[in-house]
Amino acid sequence: MLRGTGLECTRGGRRLFSSLSFDLAAGALLQVRGANGSGKTSLLRIVCGLLTPDAGEISWDGRGISGLGEEYRARLAYVGHLNAVKDELDPGENLRYSSQIAGVSATAAELDEALRTFGLDRARLPCKLLSQGQKRRAALARLKLSHPRSLWVLDEPFSALDAEGVAVTRSLIEAQLARGGAVMFTTHQDVAFAGHTPQRIEFPS
Amino acid sequence: MNPGLLSTTCAVASRDVLLALRNKSDVANTLLFFVIVASLFPLSVGPEPALLRTMGPGVLWVAALLASMLGLGRLLAADYADGTLEQIALAPQPLGALITAKIAAHWLTSGLPLVLIAPLLGLQYDLAGEALSILLVSLLLGTPVLSLLGAIGAALTLGLRAANVLVPLLVLPLTVPVLIFGAGAVDAAAAGLSAAPHLSLLAALLALAVFFAPWAAAAAVRIALE
Repeated sequence: MLRGTGLECTRGGRRLFSSLSFDLAAGALLQVRGANGSGKTSLLRIVCGLLTPDAGEISWDGRGISGLGEEYRARLAYVGHLNAVKDELDPGENLRYSSQIAGVSATAAELDEALRTFGLDRARLPCKLLSQGQKRRAALARLKLSHPRSLWVLDEPFSALDAEGVAVTRSLIEAQLARGGAVMFTTHQDVAFAGHTPQRIEFPS
Repeated sequence: MNPGLLSTTCAVASRDVLLALRNKSDVANTLLFFVIVASLFPLSVGPEPALLRTMGPGVLWVAALLASMLGLGRLLAADYADGTLEQIALAPQPLGALITAKIAAHWLTSGLPLVLIAPLLGLQYDLAGEALSILLVSLLLGTPVLSLLGAIGAALTLGLRAANVLVPLLVLPLTVPVLIFGAGAVDAAAAGLSAAPHLSLLAALLALAVFFAPWAAAAAVRIALE
């Protein structure tokens, strides 16, 4: 489904990685591991197409993502370390607008269901009044509405979440793998996924 | 046209309008600045009607130009800081179209209020009915160009520390033709001449800016996100 070949990335004159290749099949989980500053986020941004690699290519179903453009982006859900949650809007409004912008048509019931999954259905407050963990939940709720055969790229999804939030996110990832989607993520926490052993990319520190 | 484009651009624009309505002070600041600057001139040069009538069009246009620079900071910078801009760039639609939606929302909440209050300020300069209506039309054609050009400046300065100062320095020189034809149209109307040539040129500038500015701003946004 997703393949990276011979990737190389240089940031600020420092080479983060070179000739990095990976292959991610439908229903597979890929964890990127490494110390802070070792290039995990850069790799995820390259996979999203936000960053251009210095060498190599990412391909989706055998075609380069730069050529696919919008077709690829329709299948991609990215949760970066920035939440992309507007402080002035409540979680429901944030979710509605962000799913529309991502090209997902969700009914009011589906939106409510996504909010309820993350325990945000009663948080009808502007997000600036919510805690960091609740904002993270509001950002992750988008995943619940994504395309079935999609790629999730998650940068530290569990940061700021409590135990219950981690469990909800973990079961969402398991469901995504079960329905044939792929997930690429980074984390510093020990999280085990039922029935799935993640493939690993290790960055030397 | 692909079916998702309309709903995505509407979502981008309506979110920005809603955000502006939640932050009413931002909208009010731009408007108050315009009113205050336009009112300072009669106080400083004296109440001579002939003099005020001559300088009125130019002063009102310069004041509108400066006021429209104030809001440019919130056009893209807030979205860049909270990650929304990344999500917009990853939307399955052309980035240029979504930037156009953001510019349209920005104009509705900062440019349009200036246009609507301008005739009232024109009364301070003893502008006649004909000149006032031309002032309204020229601003209606000109302020969207200011928002479009401003978007390029706002996109180029994303992530920079002194962006608020840098944007006017980058954008103001580019707005000179808008200022010349905009103030020229009102001058012509006040002198009893036809304003049509000036307005046609303003409309041409608008057409050019609609075509090129979103594309340039989108390219700058992609660079900023790298």
